[in-house]
Amino acid sequence: MISITHVMLFSALIFAIGLYGALTRRNAIGILMSIELILNAANINLVAMARLWGDKSGILFAVFVIGTAAAATIVGLAILIAVYRNAKTVYADRINLLRW
Amino acid sequence: MNFPILSLIAFTPIAGILAVLAVPKKNEKLIRVIATAATGIALLLGIGLMLAYNYRDGAMQFVEKYTWIKTFNISYHLGVDGLSLSMVFLTVLLCFLACIASYRIEGRQKEYFVLYLLLETGMLGTFLALDLFLFYVFWEVVLVPMYFLIGIWGGPRKEYAAIKFFLYTLAGSVFMLLGFIALYFTSNPHTFDILELQKGSGGFAIGFQQIVFMALFLGFAIKVPIFPFHTWLPDAHVEAPTPISVLLAGVLLKMGGYGFFRISYPILPEAAKWFALPLAILGVVNIIYGAFVAMAQIDFKKLVAYSSVSHMGFVLLGLASMTATGMNGALFQMFNHGTITGGMFLLVGVLYDRTHTRDLKSFGGLGAQIPVYAGLLTVFTMGSLGLPGLSGFVSEFLSLLGTFPVFQVITIIAVSGIVVTAAYHLMLLQRVLLGPLNVRWKDITEINRRELVTLVPLMAITLFLGLYPISMLYLQGPSVAMLVEKVKGLLV
Amino acid sequence: MMNYPYLIPLFPLMAFAANILFGKKLGKKSALVSIAASTASAALSISAFVNFLRGSVASVSFAWLNVNGAPVMFGILVDQLSLMMLLVVSVIGTLIQVYSTGYMSDDKRFSRFFAYMSLFMFSMLSLVLSNNFMMIYIFWELVGVCSYFLISFWFEKDSAANAGKKAFITTRIGDVGLFIGLAMIFWLSGSPYFSDLPAIAQNPDRVLLTAAAILIFCGAVGKSAQFPLHVWLPDAMEGPTPVSALIHAATMVAAGVYLVARCYPLFAACPAALVVVAYIGIVTAFMAGTIALVVNDIKRILAYSTISQLGYMIAALGCGGYTAGTFHLMTHAFFKALLFLGAGSVIHGVHTQDIRQMGGIFSKMKITAATFIIASLAIAGVPPLAGFWSKDEILVSMFASGNYVIFGLAYLTSIFTAFYMFRLCFIVFFGRPRKADLHAHESPAVMTVPLMVLAFFSIFIGLVGSPLMHNWFGHFVTFGEGHHGGAPAGLIMGASVAAGVIGIAIAFALYILKWQLVPQAVRIRFTWLHTLLINKYYMDEIYLSAIIRPIALLSKYSFRFDKNLIDGVVNWTGLFSLFLSEVKNSFDKHVVDGLVNGAAKLVDLCSGHARRLQTGLIQNYMLFIIAGLVIILFVNLIR
Repeated sequence: MISITHVMLFSALIFAIGLYGALTRRNAIGILMSIELILNAANINLVAMARLWGDKSGILFAVFVIGTAAAATIVGLAILIAVYRNAKTVYADRINLLRW
Repeated sequence: MNFPILSLIAFTPIAGILAVLAVPKKNEKLIRVIATAATGIALLLGIGLMLAYNYRDGAMQFVEKYTWIKTFNISYHLGVDGLSLSMVFLTVLLCFLACIASYRIEGRQKEYFVLYLLLETGMLGTFLALDLFLFYVFWEVVLVPMYFLIGIWGGPRKEYAAIKFFLYTLAGSVFMLLGFIALYFTSNPHTFDILELQKGSGGFAIGFQQIVFMALFLGFAIKVPIFPFHTWLPDAHVEAPTPISVLLAGVLLKMGGYGFFRISYPILPEAAKWFALPLAILGVVNIIYGAFVAMAQIDFKKLVAYSSVSHMGFVLLGLASMTATGMNGALFQMFNHGTITGGMFLLVGVLYDRTHTRDLKSFGGLGAQIPVYAGLLTVFTMGSLGLPGLSGFVSEFLSLLGTFPVFQVITIIAVSGIVVTAAYHLMLLQRVLLGPLNVRWKDITEINRRELVTLVPLMAITLFLGLYPISMLYLQGPSVAMLVEKVKGLLV
Repeated sequence: MMNYPYLIPLFPLMAFAANILFGKKLGKKSALVSIAASTASAALSISAFVNFLRGSVASVSFAWLNVNGAPVMFGILVDQLSLMMLLVVSVIGTLIQVYSTGYMSDDKRFSRFFAYMSLFMFSMLSLVLSNNFMMIYIFWELVGVCSYFLISFWFEKDSAANAGKKAFITTRIGDVGLFIGLAMIFWLSGSPYFSDLPAIAQNPDRVLLTAAAILIFCGAVGKSAQFPLHVWLPDAMEGPTPVSALIHAATMVAAGVYLVARCYPLFAACPAALVVVAYIGIVTAFMAGTIALVVNDIKRILAYSTISQLGYMIAALGCGGYTAGTFHLMTHAFFKALLFLGAGSVIHGVHTQDIRQMGGIFSKMKITAATFIIASLAIAGVPPLAGFWSKDEILVSMFASGNYVIFGLAYLTSIFTAFYMFRLCFIVFFGRPRKADLHAHESPAVMTVPLMVLAFFSIFIGLVGSPLMHNWFGHFVTFGEGHHGGAPAGLIMGASVAAGVIGIAIAFALYILKWQLVPQAVRIRFTWLHTLLINKYYMDEIYLSAIIRPIALLSKYSFRFDKNLIDGVVNWTGLFSLFLSEVKNSFDKHVVDGLVNGAAKLVDLCSGHARRLQTGLIQNYMLFIIAGLVIILFVNLIR
């Protein structure tokens, strides 16, 4: 039987992978994908908890997150394209416009 | 106190300023007409004042008194007596004549005449004011236009001369103001009123009198100027344009001397007595030293400037004597110096306009070329030299005669100064008029009618007062007698 | 008869005004104006004189000035002395102006000349009429300035301009003394009037009184060209000759003598002052007489002769010979004016002033020569000409005073006088012309007639003071000195004649007969004396190096002192203020403003380090956020 603990461990693993990717990937697209992983880890938790507590609002929340994540990713990609047009790169460590 | 003639005289030039300001800058002719009219009206009022003045009475006449700043007991207080009447007349006369002489000022005539008229008001106010605060205000009002008149329309070193004049005089007047304030706080009740202070003059302690006297002395001494505070004078005179030199020598120097007569002596008689000997010594130093330095000059204007230093020495000497004769001589000398030296400066200007040089070495033999000018120059030089028959002699004579019983040795030294005075004046005449003609000036033109208009009145006054000097003593005598009575000279 | 003595000076004054204002229009008529004016003055003077003899004295006065609270009344003083001077001045002045119309006829400043002459006449006549010290001082200065104008009349010449200046300044030195003397009289008595002099002379303070007298005499020393202020008079010969005749021979230079005579009550009360007067006078007379022996300029000979004769008069006054001095003043005025006019006529004829170039012009200028010789005889003291009587009086008074040194020097001087005058006459009028192109010609009548009139006076004027007229002058102008008893008058008269004759004889022997009176050896021995005399005792040089140069230097250094020290202090004060303001400026910039800037800098420094956190790398920021989150979680867990 897959207990809630397994699900949570799983989601924690996904989260960790996502976090690692977000922090270490040089490619901005990879960072975006890693962020997707983090969000989806949260979604898994939300769905699991909803089943555990029998509260449908958790599922509803996950659907929202998926929606907003898609929107956020689109905005991120758009920014990325704009950055790429200027900087001719998608590597995050090459882009430090906010540096002091 | 029916007809405010004194205010009218003092503020006619201000009306002139307003009229001049209303005229467009380019209409220089109209500006000149207005300025001449303003000074002319002031002159007419001055003559009217002379006629209306009661010569038998030495006290203040035509007094105007209005409260001005009540908190400090300051009033707008004007009046005229024998001490100031001749000075007022001298001022309006010289301002009118110098205004005519100003027609040839180059550039910015509007500004020039505005400042010029402001200067006139300042000078008249100084001679008419009977309130120390008012006196100080007018005294300072004179400074500012003078600074600009020298600094803008002056000669090559005008900035230096203007700043030197301004700062030097200002430094003096600061001490003067301190003295005034000290008088205000010591008097009881506190007052700036000169006449009130004169009444209470006995009440001041001698030590206090001495300190205040010295403070006022600094202010007046710089204006007179008394050696060794005289060095602003040659610079300012040389750099200033001709009409301004005339006023500088003719009127501004008198403000210093007048200060002694009006303020220092009557308010601080004890200190005046205490300072009589040093003042006499300074006077004789002025006479001798000024004459010697004048002898070394090769610049026409500078020579006249140093001769002023020498002539003002007679004023100091007469003041120091504290006798009626000497004081009359001193006051008379102030008037005569105004007319004679004013005339000398006008003559320098006439020559400078034609030759554009003041170097005495470059003239010579002009007597045959321009006889009318030569005649005028001779008359004024002789007046300056102290020739009997011209007014300068009488006043020098009186102040020496008045001083002799008090300070014999000093007077004897001063008298021997007349030899040096004669020497440098004759050298001046010789260098300009006599000797072989310098061919550079073979086409020099004779003095013109406008210049004659400025000079002839001065010459007429010089001659009249030289031939009939008692007329001046009728004017100033009673007031001087009152002053001497108050001061109670050294001999009594 | 009219008696308006106060009008006497006014006519020339009006002539002056007319000539100075309308000189151009008047042209040659200006001479007529001036002559008319002085003729009127002369006529009024004569009428005043006649009236005085009848005992009527007109007076007028008006307040001119207040001194010490009392008015000084200007008025006229008509007495014997002033009447004598009035007559001398107006008569001689008129004659000389008539003469001038000829002498100055070609001058381009003709009317100016007559204007000045009239001004001089006015001043001189007023001086003579003055009734107080102040008035006499005023006109004293005025005649001085007229003299200045007229000496430097031909001012295009530097020498003339310089001579005028020298004359004015030198006499002014004497005037300083006069002024102080005048002030002392005022101080002692409070009265400037001559009429109070006898009372002033009673003043118990003898020292001050003597000092005042000597100081007043200083004025006379300057004006009458007495030693040591005599140097201006020879130079004054640069002026036109009529000027020399009128001002520098007959009238103005005599004003000094007149002043002493006028103040005689004062001098008489101060024996010490009289001694000074006497010695100054005799030293001048002797010294100028010796210089005149060697000078070669015709006018300068006469100038030194004038100085010498004025010294004579002064010495006479100093010896108590009041009448003698004033008498000589009068006679001298006539014959010395004649001599100068004669010299002017000669110069007019031959166009040179150097007697060595003249000679033998007697035949060509008979009237001039004759009148000149008459005047020379008069000055030499040949009886019965004017100079004889007055000179004799002087010698008598000197002898009577008992001062035999003065008497001896005066006697020697009178020999010199005769000698140098006739040296002049013999060289100029006799012998052969020493210059080839000497076209001498007689002067026109306007010049010769005044010569003849003056010659008439030179012969006969002395008679008024002679025993032939019972010494009328001596009784008229007198200081009550009485007759000089004790003096062997007859003997002195003889000796006086002898002096004149000796002088003339020596001149005759030397210059007509050409005798070598003095052996060559002696001449060489005394070359130094000649050099000394030719150089006028080096007085000019002494003055130049002892007085004029030091004064010029003093003036130069005063100016340097003024420019560098006095004005230097002012300028250094200015510069020092500038320096101070510079110091204050840098204090302000570095210290006061430094604090403000320092605070800002500190902030800047801190933020400089802090901002390094801003790497601009998105992943760094994320790391910080997560690290922060972890730390917060960790802290919360531990708690």
